[in-house]
Amino acid sequence: MRHLISPLDLSVEELDYILCLGQEILKFPENFSHICEGKKLATLFYEPSTRTRLSFEAAMLNLGGKVLGFSSADSSSAAKGESVADTIRVISSYADICAMRHPKEGAPTVASMYSEIPVINAGDGGHNHPTQTLTDLLTIKTLMGRLDNITIGMCGDLKFGRTVHSLINAMVRYSNVRFVLISPQELKIPDYLRKEVLEQKNIEYIETNQLEQNMPNLDILYMTRVQRERFFNEEDYIRLKDSFLLDANKMKYAKKDMYVLHPLPRVNEISTEVDSDPRAVYFKQAKYGVYVRMALIMTLLGLDSEKLFFR
Amino acid sequence: MLNIGVLNEGIVIDHIQAGGAMKIYKYLNLENLDCSVAIIKNARSNKMGKKDIIKIEGPFDIDLNVLGVLDHKITINIIKNNEIVEKKDLSLPERVTNIIRCKNPRCITSIEQELPHTFKLTDRKNHIYRCIYCESKFRGK
Ligand SMILES: [Zn+2]
Repeated sequence: MRHLISPLDLSVEELDYILCLGQEILKFPENFSHICEGKKLATLFYEPSTRTRLSFEAAMLNLGGKVLGFSSADSSSAAKGESVADTIRVISSYADICAMRHPKEGAPTVASMYSEIPVINAGDGGHNHPTQTLTDLLTIKTLMGRLDNITIGMCGDLKFGRTVHSLINAMVRYSNVRFVLISPQELKIPDYLRKEVLEQKNIEYIETNQLEQNMPNLDILYMTRVQRERFFNEEDYIRLKDSFLLDANKMKYAKKDMYVLHPLPRVNEISTEVDSDPRAVYFKQAKYGVYVRMALIMTLLGLDSEKLFFR
Repeated sequence: MLNIGVLNEGIVIDHIQAGGAMKIYKYLNLENLDCSVAIIKNARSNKMGKKDIIKIEGPFDIDLNVLGVLDHKITINIIKNNEIVEKKDLSLPERVTNIIRCKNPRCITSIEQELPHTFKLTDRKNHIYRCIYCESKFRGK
């Protein structure tokens, strides 16, 4: 039985397979609308994340399956002190597959060790969120038609943003990918990512605090939120925040076929005037998130035609 | 009294990084051991400049595998009848359970007390162990 705990649990081949299946579903959703009939997905959310939970539930419902679960720790047995291991042993007899979100790092790993059904990590603290990475990859692959030969700009909080870290880790496995890392000095990518990933793999990258200047070079711009509480003082925040905001004026410098992605929710880092720009694809990205979760649920349950994980 | 120079029977844990002896003392639970223990700090060493040494007297059974995880330069001499009968090389175990603990406050082990603390060797060359749950690096120092 396979689980999905970290984006790197999947080989490049497995990833490509799931992304291709996602694209197939995107094209012919009706062909997949009964494939999970009689199956149940449990969404075990120890902390609320409405968007992610609904995305999983929509995916299962689109496949003709059913869903059950809880959406916060206080409505679950965890509030009574039950361990993750005990909870998953019980849930294993209620459902066929589960998606778990937990504020503590490694909780889904614990679940996978005691589970009799596939476990999907739906976010464990600041650690992993593999289905967000799959969503980002499906978005890039579908819109660009490729995952190699890309210059990808990442802007905002690159220090604490786990979606950024996961996406870098996933993208370095493709050839000729370059990164433009745009952030305030205080929020640059962590050292281990620079040394153990980018430099060790000889990946071309630059670190800068200039968004506008670098816009013309980008094929993809991945925006993230810069949170006020990440700054030491209010003045720094106010001084810096506008440099990392995307507005219609900055979009003028971008290529005609550049795409803007954002894991959502957005606060103010992308001005709403950008929304009507055809290059703004973050709402489309949310839609792709449902399709890639459909592909993932199917493969983990062995309902895909090639039975990728059951060969 | 334990003679610091000569040991009839026991173990000499040598080439401990200077300043590391107390940590090892703690990890091996030597305070609970009912026998003589000598800690020599900042001994001169040709190889290392300064080093720590621990000498433990008597026949006993301690799991020394933990030492490789804590400090891979350590060497171990087993002594019987005033002679070194065995020099042990420390191998780095692939996995260690309940020897070292994850200190990441965001790790699931921080709220579920009964979970085993398991680390796996993720980089043999650089002796890096990571928590199997949160993947935090173990920092021995
Ligand atoms: Zn841990």
